[in-house]
Amino acid sequence: MSLFADVPQAPPVAVFKLTADFREDSHPQKVNLGVGAYRTDDCLPWVLPVVKKVERLIVEDNSLNHEYLPILGLPEFRSAASKVALGDDSPAIKDNRVGGVQALGGTGALRIGAEFLRRWYNGVNNTSTPIYVSAPTWENHNGVFADAGFKDIRPYHYWDAAKRGLDLTGLLDDLEKAPEHSVFVLHACAHNPTGTDPTQEEWKKIAEIMKRRKLFVFFDSAYQGFASGNLDKDAWAIRYFVSEEFELFVAQSFSKNFGLYNERVGNLTVVAKDNENLTRILSQMEKIVRTTWSNPPSQGARVVSKTLNCPELFAEWKGNVKTMADRVLFMRDELKSKLQALGTPGTWDHITQQIGMFSFTGLNPKQVEFMIKEKHVYLMASGRINMCGLTTKNIDYIAQAIHEAVTKVQ
Amino acid sequence: MALLKSNKVISCLGNISPSLGVLSTRNSSWWGGVQMGPPDPILGVTEAFKRDTNPKKMNLGVGAYRDDKGKPFVLSCVRKAEALIAAKQLDKEYLPIGGLGDFTKACAQLALGANNEVLSSGRNITVQTISGTGSLRIGANFLSRFHGGSRDVYLPKPSWGNHTPIFRDAGMQLKAYRYYDPSTCGFDFRGALEDISKIPEQSVILLHACAHNPTGVDPKQEQWKEISDIVKKRNLLVFFDMAYQGFASGDIDRDAWAVRYFIEQGHNILLSQSFAKNMGLYGERVGGFTVVCKDIEESKRVESQLKILIRPIYSNPPMNGARIATTILNTPELRLLWLEEVHGMANRIIKMREQLVAGLKKSGSSHNWQHVIDQIGMFCFTGLKPEQVERLTKEFSVYMTKDGRISMAGISSGNVGYLAEGIHAVTK
Repeated sequence: MSLFADVPQAPPVAVFKLTADFREDSHPQKVNLGVGAYRTDDCLPWVLPVVKKVERLIVEDNSLNHEYLPILGLPEFRSAASKVALGDDSPAIKDNRVGGVQALGGTGALRIGAEFLRRWYNGVNNTSTPIYVSAPTWENHNGVFADAGFKDIRPYHYWDAAKRGLDLTGLLDDLEKAPEHSVFVLHACAHNPTGTDPTQEEWKKIAEIMKRRKLFVFFDSAYQGFASGNLDKDAWAIRYFVSEEFELFVAQSFSKNFGLYNERVGNLTVVAKDNENLTRILSQMEKIVRTTWSNPPSQGARVVSKTLNCPELFAEWKGNVKTMADRVLFMRDELKSKLQALGTPGTWDHITQQIGMFSFTGLNPKQVEFMIKEKHVYLMASGRINMCGLTTKNIDYIAQAIHEAVTKVQ
Repeated sequence: MALLKSNKVISCLGNISPSLGVLSTRNSSWWGGVQMGPPDPILGVTEAFKRDTNPKKMNLGVGAYRDDKGKPFVLSCVRKAEALIAAKQLDKEYLPIGGLGDFTKACAQLALGANNEVLSSGRNITVQTISGTGSLRIGANFLSRFHGGSRDVYLPKPSWGNHTPIFRDAGMQLKAYRYYDPSTCGFDFRGALEDISKIPEQSVILLHACAHNPTGVDPKQEQWKEISDIVKKRNLLVFFDMAYQGFASGDIDRDAWAVRYFIEQGHNILLSQSFAKNMGLYGERVGGFTVVCKDIEESKRVESQLKILIRPIYSNPPMNGARIATTILNTPELRLLWLEEVHGMANRIIKMREQLVAGLKKSGSSHNWQHVIDQIGMFCFTGLKPEQVERLTKEFSVYMTKDGRISMAGISSGNVGYLAEGIHAVTK
């Protein structure tokens, strides 16, 4: 009798199953609007020109080796990454109270942060601290905090399906009612999956309540640069909270804005009250990292570090990011125009009001099923589409498909 | 429970920030109660070494190979593979959660042998992991969640320092079986068998496949056979840690002998592999985790659960190192070159062992240093006591872990004489 006879078959991770199904589909006009990876107008993955350049430099540099990085990662990567989030002139950085933990992508940064909070926040090993994630949120948020040991993961109001926008009242109400010291996972910009971000005024209201209610701020920043095309603009919320003197975490991903998806480049930025607290925090972060992956992978961090720390490369990178953001913005405009031209029932303003890689179309599960089965347009059951999957070549087909879904399927 | 209400925390805050007389929520930190973590015993050695200004200093701490000039060694096969890969202009799309398919296949073949029945029947699941540590952790998490039989993991005494916290953080409990005999600086075979024969059924037993870390003491094949028998009798779940395949004897297949023997004997093992040392890919974090299952159906169920474990840790693994490893393993001339280079690394270490012993004799040491030659792999358990280690560090700037372990790779023909003198000085 096998020891593992009772191991149940787990359901596949939805977003990857979608891609797998898409791959098996032989329909000539199939489109994948599922997983969040950038595509060019030819629907191809895009290795950023600056990345190609830097990778060549790395391969040709015989002085580089493959030795272990320190546990917390490549130092010049960590500081440059935190600077990108907080700004060159960040007072917190000047005060020497900002530290970074290089991690395996944004996921890794979230997980290390979650493990730290479970061990050291709100007591010692307090697994009952409520963790609030937006409704809806990136589906892996739940898993990250649950596997880190937290027992009480709750939704906070976020998406208002009726008005297809932010449910600010619900959100603020949840903040007021949350037990003190609860952790709130906030999307820094380009909310996944809704593409709906609070305005600056709304962020200020959120911050005010969080400070008063002593709630912990954990930013997830996976799309800096991708939302508006401007790094500083996309980091406004993070910097505002820092200026309001919050101690906070920011889980940063460089998967999208550097197109380095498979090299797993992330950074957990820690903003502490002072350097003394920061030192102790980082020492405990090391212990967590050591039993998870010992030290992080070097390739991706080297690429990002070289780019961020060299003015010309940094400028080139910003240009590449703007290229991606601009194409997405263009596709948003186009999709809205085409749906309006088709006379598709409903309002489609949310397509251009939403920001970042994703759009919450508002399509219901039946309509989504129609899109996949009948039109071979693959999107998430939630109605989320990856705008990067749209191209000038397929946008008419997609607009038509949405039109049919909305008019034929209720 | 609010942070500031704990009395323990308040006294802690008092010690850390004496100026905080009155605790004001507005001005105090969330993290006042966070204790300073101790430096990692192994990686901390390198950090101390770096701070030392003595030109004769030696770092015999962490197990990273060095050439005879004391420099990190990037294998030629790695450089060649990198050039091949660069020319291909591949994209950077996410790998599957379980990693690069070509890598996991080659990884399993390397460990089990290309003709292994396990591979042809498809009853293994092998996933790409973040080197050996990541592999052990995934394995530990899997056991914690699915191994109902026992929460106990038995480690050899001693074992790699990081094994204990890895399994503990995953929720397992640690126990030990005798392994190293300090009186002989060799394998305590009788003690191991006695202890293993008492381990409760269904417990997990961790075995170092070859080049035991930290002692360098490996069972002989006849001894492995007896261990396999008794492990089978006790119905224990075997978890092999193979971080040094190729590094022990210089021969890939020879070093995997125990793993393959156990599988042949019917143990459905768990296996962690690392390519940090044998390919010198330390910082690229290349590893594999394998579960040998009853059949292919079970392997699919296990695979699905491994993905569920992996996704909330890091989503999917890094590409670069896995690509390099795969290219080497699957390109015939690179694979041959690699086998030569691994052999070369192992040989240099064997030579250093011999030279160290010769140097100790020359210095006038009357102790028996045969174990330095008998032990195998990157490490040597010198038999030095903590006080002697401390002296060696303070007086000679020779850095090593407190347990007397030295990394042979850190020794070169240029400094082996100095080391011999130092060891003699603290042991005479």
